[in-house]
Amino acid sequence: MAPIAIDAQALLQSTYSILPEILVVATALFVLFVDLILPEENKRVLCGVSIIGVALSLFAVFSMGPARISGFSGAVVHDGLGAFFEIVILSACALTLLMATGYSEWEGTHKGEFYSLLLLSTSGMMFMAKGTDLMTVFLGLETLSIPIYVLVGFHRNRMSSIEGALKYFLLGAFASGFLLYGIALIYAVSGTTKIPQLAAMLLDASLAGNPMFLAGAGLLLVGLAFKVSLVPFHMWTPDAYEGAPTLVTAFMSAAVKAAAFAALIRFLLLALPGMQPAMGKILWILAVLTMTVGNLSALRQDNVKRMLAYSSIAHAGYILVGMVSGDVLGGQASLFYLLVYAFMNIGAFGVVMLIAQKEDEGYDIGNFAGIGFRYPVLGALLTLFLVSLGGIPPTAGFIGKFYLFSAAVKNGYIGLAVIGVLNSAVSIYYYLRLVVYMYMMPAGAEAPAPRPPRVAFSLALCASAAVVLVLGILPRSVLEFAERSVLSLLM
Amino acid sequence: MEPILFMLFGAIAVGGAIMVVTRKHPMASALYLILTLFSVAALFVLRQAHFLAAIQVIVYAGAIVVLFIFVIMLINVPENRLPVERATVMRLLGVIAAGLLILETALLARRFAMPAAPAADSGSVQAVGRALFTDYLLAFEITSVLLLAAVIGAITLAKKKI
Repeated sequence: MAPIAIDAQALLQSTYSILPEILVVATALFVLFVDLILPEENKRVLCGVSIIGVALSLFAVFSMGPARISGFSGAVVHDGLGAFFEIVILSACALTLLMATGYSEWEGTHKGEFYSLLLLSTSGMMFMAKGTDLMTVFLGLETLSIPIYVLVGFHRNRMSSIEGALKYFLLGAFASGFLLYGIALIYAVSGTTKIPQLAAMLLDASLAGNPMFLAGAGLLLVGLAFKVSLVPFHMWTPDAYEGAPTLVTAFMSAAVKAAAFAALIRFLLLALPGMQPAMGKILWILAVLTMTVGNLSALRQDNVKRMLAYSSIAHAGYILVGMVSGDVLGGQASLFYLLVYAFMNIGAFGVVMLIAQKEDEGYDIGNFAGIGFRYPVLGALLTLFLVSLGGIPPTAGFIGKFYLFSAAVKNGYIGLAVIGVLNSAVSIYYYLRLVVYMYMMPAGAEAPAPRPPRVAFSLALCASAAVVLVLGILPRSVLEFAERSVLSLLM
Repeated sequence: MEPILFMLFGAIAVGGAIMVVTRKHPMASALYLILTLFSVAALFVLRQAHFLAAIQVIVYAGAIVVLFIFVIMLINVPENRLPVERATVMRLLGVIAAGLLILETALLARRFAMPAAPAADSGSVQAVGRALFTDYLLAFEITSVLLLAAVIGAITLAKKKI
């Protein structure tokens, strides 16, 4: 055979299309090297290095803009949708790292491995968000999952941490099997794994209604549904979220969800019109089940971390509401909500982390009694995040839910919107229950003071609060960005 | 000839896989796993994927199952202390669900023509290498990041002091 002719121009463009990912991976490697030469007491530098790397990557995303740059013979594309999700994922990672400045000191996670695993996982998420080939999506999913399994079990001396990691790992490996089997079936009938080509084949009816393809798409959906913890694929979520170091829980709940939804949106928006009505019905059922089971289970929790875990299941259901119809309006609402959700959820976990102090028993709701008046700033911040999670104006959570449900109504899914609003009302009960504890219950006799946050930690909390408030009042520019991102996909 | 061989090796692969999950002793499971992996390698040969078949035997049947066997021998649980597995309702439902999935896939596969057999040289080392470094370059590179993450993760979890 003739030697491969190297097209330098194409290779350069390909490399440019994954510049943000390259920066994140390079930072992860750099952190590992610096970790080797750094003395034990200076490990805090690693956190700073990681933050700089993520900031550079974020800068690269912004400077590349929303222009469409495809690379590696269609395996990956940098477009509006990719850029939007990269911003969400990198913001979640940056917030997590800022909070790590304090958290790592208390919990002993100032390890080079902690930061490099976090960054490698982030790079996997970004590949997943940009992948236009099912193979890239799968590899991105694995690259994001394996470091997360380890991070969940990072507290090797706590039983709950190990238990959560093991459950997550076993079920996650099983879910990967489903995903791969789905991709294999899709490849068997179509001969391609490229998402745009699949969408084109669905539209010109050579693949539409093909049951084998539907079976493959269903299995693909199962694999991704596991990662975003849709009911009935949510069994691992409460244990893994409760057992993981709280910082990792915050990161997982926001970033992993965003990445898996990115792949789902890319696949569904392009392919769903060719798979209606079968797929729409399945998504409808999944959305209703996820919202209802998540909220009803959250009602009974006395452990705040577990309550937030169930609430994150319910939120996956809300986000899915936007995808049932597979149109621009719904997709835009889902994108906006994912961005808002990342900030409000990480913010809520951040405050809870300061108050709880100890893993496991520290998260009992009784420990939050009386916090509101003794520590007004913390109380106010947590109330803001909880109110936003519950979807009460003037917060961004309200705007997000408003657009999700109004998109459903406009597309004729009135029943779905009604169930969503009812669920939202149920959820207010358990969010406000925590607020009631903070402001109306007397503090216990030996209630310990919350930890004083470091400057970077406070910065992360303030940034989250600012985003939640500003997007609650002036959501227009971000909504338009979300709309352009969805449109860039359909072009 | 090819359909007969396909049936033969397919049956061995499925039978071996069933034995893997039903045997009581883990060593027996591991040995049946080798049988399954070998017959899957034979199926790869039937689809002209010679390189993949060789890799399947060397890496999976050779290296990975040998590691399994090492671990089983190192842990060395005596026969009478192996956990007793009962047939619960959930397991029964699981078997039924798996059976339905296989049945459905089989029925669908019969209704739709599979893509024609690939060209004879498409599975050679040269062809695979060429595809790996052109069309699938990104997948190849992400895999290296994935393996690095797995190595760091394994060390983080298993090392006495980090």
